[in-house]
Amino acid sequence: MNASDSTDTGRLDGNVLGGPLAELFAADLTVATVACAHCGDHAPMAAFQVYADAPALVVRCPGCAGVVMRCASDQRGVRFEMTGVRLLTVTSSDDQA
Amino acid sequence: MAVTRETPRVRRIRLRPPDWPGHVAGQHVDVRLTAPDGYTAQRSYSIASPPSQPEVELIVERLDDGEVSPYLTDELRAGDLLEVRGPIGGYFVWPEHSGTAVQLVAGGSGVVPFVAMLAHHRTSGSSVPVRLLYSARTDADVIAREELRPRPGSAVVLTFTRDAPADWTGPRGRIDRELLVRHSAPPEQSPAILICGSTPFVEAVTREFVAIGHAAERIKTERYGGMGDTS
Repeated sequence: MNASDSTDTGRLDGNVLGGPLAELFAADLTVATVACAHCGDHAPMAAFQVYADAPALVVRCPGCAGVVMRCASDQRGVRFEMTGVRLLTVTSSDDQA
Repeated sequence: MAVTRETPRVRRIRLRPPDWPGHVAGQHVDVRLTAPDGYTAQRSYSIASPPSQPEVELIVERLDDGEVSPYLTDELRAGDLLEVRGPIGGYFVWPEHSGTAVQLVAGGSGVVPFVAMLAHHRTSGSSVPVRLLYSARTDADVIAREELRPRPGSAVVLTFTRDAPADWTGPRGRIDRELLVRHSAPPEQSPAILICGSTPFVEAVTREFVAIGHAAERIKTERYGGMGDTS
């Protein structure tokens, strides 16, 4: 990964969510399985599409492109919306690679 | 901290983060810059150094319209302090216990996590066969040239998308289906596949791997923003 360092970053993937989500959660959610509330597809969060050029990080389903999460972090704090997630599964194994 | 020139557009930054807990090859850090007025910009950079090395190395490509990389490549000086969070990410990492061959595919500075993985493969004495297919624009753009020299148990294939050296006998052009068939681990080996580069690069290469018979579940990807160059 080298960045997303542009004012016009376009589309990235869920790997970039690792840092922002670590502000909220103890587990590494990029390896968690996310089931999309729109289409039911599931995939590791790292494989979801992330649009980083909006005011928030907008996370979309790789299957149906529906919005599953939005995450914003600024001086006021962190806001995290996840109505598009039907189920989040974090396995207890500490060897998920 | 120390900064060295890697290519005309790329710098290598060596850090000694306090209380660094150690990392896994493939992980990244988030670097945050804060302006005097409080505006902050944060970007993710892959770690280029292996877990066995006490210093943490980042390799950063200058993106001309970037908010963070021009500062890191042009302004940062030895001894400066940098706000770094990490290590981050457990998905796009070296498959430590895969037991099968590993195929890495990089476009441009997408090679950085693989520099760490190949160094880890070497220093940990791994017997897993690993191959890297690396697409660079020109010879001058090749990152980590020394570290990417082929060694026993690891193969590195370079392809140049714009200009190859005059005496170049290896592949040329973008990574397409024919190049994958000739230069990557075949589906019969069911290799673990990791692809890193720009979004168009990653998605084109992923499609071709699936088209030649690799299972989509064996493929992990990491995309970065940037020039829109697909090399």
